[in-house]
Amino acid sequence: MAEILPYGDTAGDRMVQLSFTLPVPADARAREIGLEFLRRNGLREPQIVHIAAADCEMAFFVAYAKSAHGVDPDAVEGSEVEAPALGFKEVNTLIERELGRRIVVVGAAIETDAHTVGIDAIMNMKGFAGDYGLERYPWIEAVNLGAQVPCERLLREAGERSADAILVSQVVTQKQVHARQLTKLVDLLEAEGVRDRYLLVCGGPRLSNTFAKELGYDAGFGPGSTPSTVAGWIAQELVARTRPV
Amino acid sequence: MTLDLDGGLTDEAFALAGSIAAPVMEFAVDHTTVAIERTVARLFGVDGVDELGVPFPNVLVDALGPGLPGGLALPLAQACIERSASPQQVAEAVAAGEKLGSDPNLSGEARELAARLAREADERIVAQRARRDALIAEHGDPQTPWLYVIVATGNIHEDARQAQAAARAGADVVAVIRSTAQSLLDYVPYGETTEGFGGTFATQANFRCVRAALDELMPEAGRYLRLTNYASGLCMPEIAACGALERLDMMLNDSMYGILFRDINPERTFCDQYVSRMINGRAGIIINTGEDNYLTTASGREGGHTVVASTLINRALALAAGIPEAQIGLGHAFEIDPDLPGQIVDEWALALLIRELFPNCPIKYMPPTKHVTGDIFRTHAIGSMFNLVGVATGQHIQLLSVLTEAVHTPFLADRLLAIQDARRVFEAARPLRDSLAPVPGGPLELRAQQVLAEAVALLRRVDEVGMFAAIAQGWFADTARPRDGGRGREGVAERGPDYVNPFLELWEPQLAGWASG
Repeated sequence: MAEILPYGDTAGDRMVQLSFTLPVPADARAREIGLEFLRRNGLREPQIVHIAAADCEMAFFVAYAKSAHGVDPDAVEGSEVEAPALGFKEVNTLIERELGRRIVVVGAAIETDAHTVGIDAIMNMKGFAGDYGLERYPWIEAVNLGAQVPCERLLREAGERSADAILVSQVVTQKQVHARQLTKLVDLLEAEGVRDRYLLVCGGPRLSNTFAKELGYDAGFGPGSTPSTVAGWIAQELVARTRPV
Repeated sequence: MTLDLDGGLTDEAFALAGSIAAPVMEFAVDHTTVAIERTVARLFGVDGVDELGVPFPNVLVDALGPGLPGGLALPLAQACIERSASPQQVAEAVAAGEKLGSDPNLSGEARELAARLAREADERIVAQRARRDALIAEHGDPQTPWLYVIVATGNIHEDARQAQAAARAGADVVAVIRSTAQSLLDYVPYGETTEGFGGTFATQANFRCVRAALDELMPEAGRYLRLTNYASGLCMPEIAACGALERLDMMLNDSMYGILFRDINPERTFCDQYVSRMINGRAGIIINTGEDNYLTTASGREGGHTVVASTLINRALALAAGIPEAQIGLGHAFEIDPDLPGQIVDEWALALLIRELFPNCPIKYMPPTKHVTGDIFRTHAIGSMFNLVGVATGQHIQLLSVLTEAVHTPFLADRLLAIQDARRVFEAARPLRDSLAPVPGGPLELRAQQVLAEAVALLRRVDEVGMFAAIAQGWFADTARPRDGGRGREGVAERGPDYVNPFLELWEPQLAGWASG
């Protein structure tokens, strides 16, 4: 496929929308400074449509510009987890038929992360966006340990319950702490020689499948992922791993 | 705009809440905790850390030993007399390996000294309260709903700068978010801090830093600017003491939040919340309760009554700790799924219900966060609707919705957009409250009545089994917490017959008759 370009109101018009803040007063010079900033970043024919003072020496801009580059979609590797989408019933049927036992998934928001919103959306009975959570799956034993769970405890619980999969959520981050914490879990699993025992899955607004794999996870789920996507991937992966090679 | 609520039902709701609070209070007044004893040290003027970074209040309470025999006040005062030293000097000596006082011949004199030190601390707290009143008289109090925003840079100096920026843009209340792990620390960190995750630490020095930044801006802003932090976690009363001394104006100070969402032991939390609220009450600090969090774990449409029931219990426990209604900022949020038909009627009904149940409380309305996504334009639009409901139902404190909620801690510009939207909507829609009335028997009124009835039904059940059992069974926020589980229980001790706490002697008598509140 050929390169594609951003679409504003006409094919190939390259239009993109931006907002940003620069530490300058929102005065007459601000517009020129903002335009030059955009040009220096390779954007063409920039227009600044709004400037507001975000503080004495802070100008907030809303801008439009033409992008300098297009992109060839075929040259981009997918970041999403690739597995056929299965629904609630299909996942249960697959586990029942292929594995013949309930699978155990232990989940937690680890270390400093106090936010259960992500892990709850995937694991709690109610689920997220009309998609039932893992607790509702008759063929999944879902154990939600909640938030601020030390990696050591997560590992212990997974061991005691003979978990098939460990599900880690990282919602709030600052200065890349989520990556450090996710890495800590992998290091710990490897140090104890049990990394291969589990499917290791993480999720959160800052995560992608590609990034998760870089950190040593088997899969990563980004924003908008639903419980059935996660359950479907885990079930299919477990089935694939139990088949003789 | 008023709802036709069943007076019999509302009377029953308040009576049930009082009855539920009573056994919790019986437990609280019979016990102390390591955090309460450390608070005594702080209010006696002990501050700073030893060579290993352990705060001196912790050093002293550790020296007191397990079971906290008799409390810290007397042995500390005895040591002061024995050494002709200040509490701070005693703390430093104890950190160097020396012992607290134990000479029974000095106990009479020590009691007098402890009572005097407590009176002096009380005077400092009352002076800060008077200073607040004077500054409000000088600079004026903003119209309601107050615009409440958060700063969460993780560096207190950057927080102070952003607090000023927010105030310039129109914010009335600035909350400095703590590092997410602080609630589980069994000590209060020391000094100005420039790190943390999702915020930086609540320390007395950090309080002073942002306080000074907001005070400096008041003449330019032309109104009193309020500062908020969190008296929650394992150090509720200590942080309340720091806030009282540094003139914070609001404190997140829920009676159950730590139990439900941080897995802190229920007994520990009920003791700590009591003393922390007593301090906040004395300091003129508005407490904020945390019911907004309930529905991040439970469903909004089905769980609204748990929020209402909890506000009633939180109020009863706050009154029991001596906080007047004008300082009880009951928090509420209903997290109705924006894609559900009729959601704005649900939201409106419940916001109005809380407003009418607590006409004398500065209630705090919190934005939907459960259903927002990375679609910042949608979040911004939902925020505008939330602002409309807030002003039309006469909310007192409005925690502003920020378009990048669920994406990252707010950018400077995100906060600006939130403030601009709230100001615009508040100005445009303020007369709505006196212009509209719910249709009698219409969907809005029926919804409010239904949720109130469900809340009363829940309170009846809680009253029957007791608070500890209700929490253990997961009736709040769908989270079960056993009475003997969770963090920090080892720090709870019975107040024995020899227990002395001059602050309680000073403040508890004023609470007589709380059950009737």
